[in-house]
Amino acid sequence: MIQSMLAPVAEMGRAGMFLMRMLGGVRLEWRLLQSTMQQLFLIGARSLVIIMICGFFVGMVLALQSINALQQFGASDQVSLLVGKSLFRELGPVLTALLFAGRAGTSIAAEIGLMKATSQIDAMELMAIDPVRRIALPRFLAGLLAVPLLTAMFNALAIMGAVIYSVGVAGLDVGVFWTKLQTGVFFHKDFLGGVYKSIVFGGIVSLVAVWYGFSARPTGAGVGTATTNTVVVSSVLVLIFDFIMTSFLT
Amino acid sequence: MNSDGTTQEILIKIRGLTFRRGDRLILDAVDMDIPRGSVVAIMGPSGVGKTTILKLIAGQLRPDSGSVLIGEQDVARLKRAELFKLREEMGFLLQNGALFTDLTVFENVATPLREHCKLSESAIESAVGKKLEAVGLRGAEQLMPDELSGGMARRVALARAVVLDPAIVMFDEPMAGLDPIAISTINRLIRETNDRLGLTSIVVTHDVEQMIRLADYCYIIAEGQVAGQGPPAELRESENPSVAQFMNGRVEGPIPFHYDHAGASR
Repeated sequence: MIQSMLAPVAEMGRAGMFLMRMLGGVRLEWRLLQSTMQQLFLIGARSLVIIMICGFFVGMVLALQSINALQQFGASDQVSLLVGKSLFRELGPVLTALLFAGRAGTSIAAEIGLMKATSQIDAMELMAIDPVRRIALPRFLAGLLAVPLLTAMFNALAIMGAVIYSVGVAGLDVGVFWTKLQTGVFFHKDFLGGVYKSIVFGGIVSLVAVWYGFSARPTGAGVGTATTNTVVVSSVLVLIFDFIMTSFLT
Repeated sequence: MNSDGTTQEILIKIRGLTFRRGDRLILDAVDMDIPRGSVVAIMGPSGVGKTTILKLIAGQLRPDSGSVLIGEQDVARLKRAELFKLREEMGFLLQNGALFTDLTVFENVATPLREHCKLSESAIESAVGKKLEAVGLRGAEQLMPDELSGGMARRVALARAVVLDPAIVMFDEPMAGLDPIAISTINRLIRETNDRLGLTSIVVTHDVEQMIRLADYCYIIAEGQVAGQGPPAELRESENPSVAQFMNGRVEGPIPFHYDHAGASR
């Protein structure tokens, strides 16, 4: 009983040590930069389409809901304020991280798990190449960079969706929309807070993904479990850390 | 010829090697001597711990007791950095080759070079080309591993294993699952590279016929211990019941057919 309660704690400890081992491998070298850039393309750029589509529709639905609610108080011209604040502070970073976990986290975990199942990780170690440094680190760093960048795209497309709905469908004035957004949404408090969050989320999702990939049992079922665990655990952690960070940032 | 194994320098000395997995005893006080320059086969039924011996030699696993001495170094006592240094002197051909599936044949063979040597691109190209030439795969550089046949993949893995010109090369079931022609090719390549590059080769296999053609010296492992050893031709005549059972592939004999959970208590 106590043992099963302690198991997650022990696992967190091991994952933390894994993170330390990974960060210990950071060197200013051309090859690390190169492989990080390659991963940034594979997990970041390849996630762009889904992030942009989702961002656009989240922006539209936010505007729709906000206008409906604000109309009751005759304040529907405040819609860009509501959309902007909720987007930059919360929805942008959180939804991007959750989508990223589903799109890129799973592929990282499955890829590493499969490399393990086909003893490529073993082969690497036997060639005196540290697989944590060569395989895990570039993916982790790429995730750390990719989530903030993807969040920016998500936000941009969401604002676009909101403009299109508010102006095109609900018939609000386009000048009012932008003015409210410019004067009411603050760079430090609203925008940067979201950026900090998205960096942390990027770290969480990619750490969870490489960790489950590396600790996967080297079988088909093991890889499957690792993939599922990646999505479940990173989503839960993102939401928990979202609350913790929000309470400190505001 | 180096089949007597008596007058030669011993490169790898294994003494009292004992290894447990959980409470099951896998290896029980195994002693082995692997002379420099020879091809030594480690044989035995599947699941008897042959691969475990290779992993212990490479320091990927640590023994519960006993030691593996390579030259003067005790593998189990090395720090991680020293172990990695030592592994640069070792080449491995793992079961099924274990090629990196996201890299081309060329990049697979070039990986150890890029990692451990500061070479120019043209030096890497010529070194990789030479090794691929030796395994008869010049021209396959740009293929991906999933475009190779089983035998070709094994040959690429062999080229990768020897690209750093190691002192020791270990082969884990190099012939498993290949067609007869590919088996003979791999067999010949192991012999050729061993003699031409002056390597010491350790081959783990359960294929009796191939081992007789290939090895200079042979250890047969059964039930966690060395059941027999000697040049292959002598082993064939062995009176030891475990050795005779294995060499002739008989079901009846001291090597049990049933999974022996009581083995846990040994």
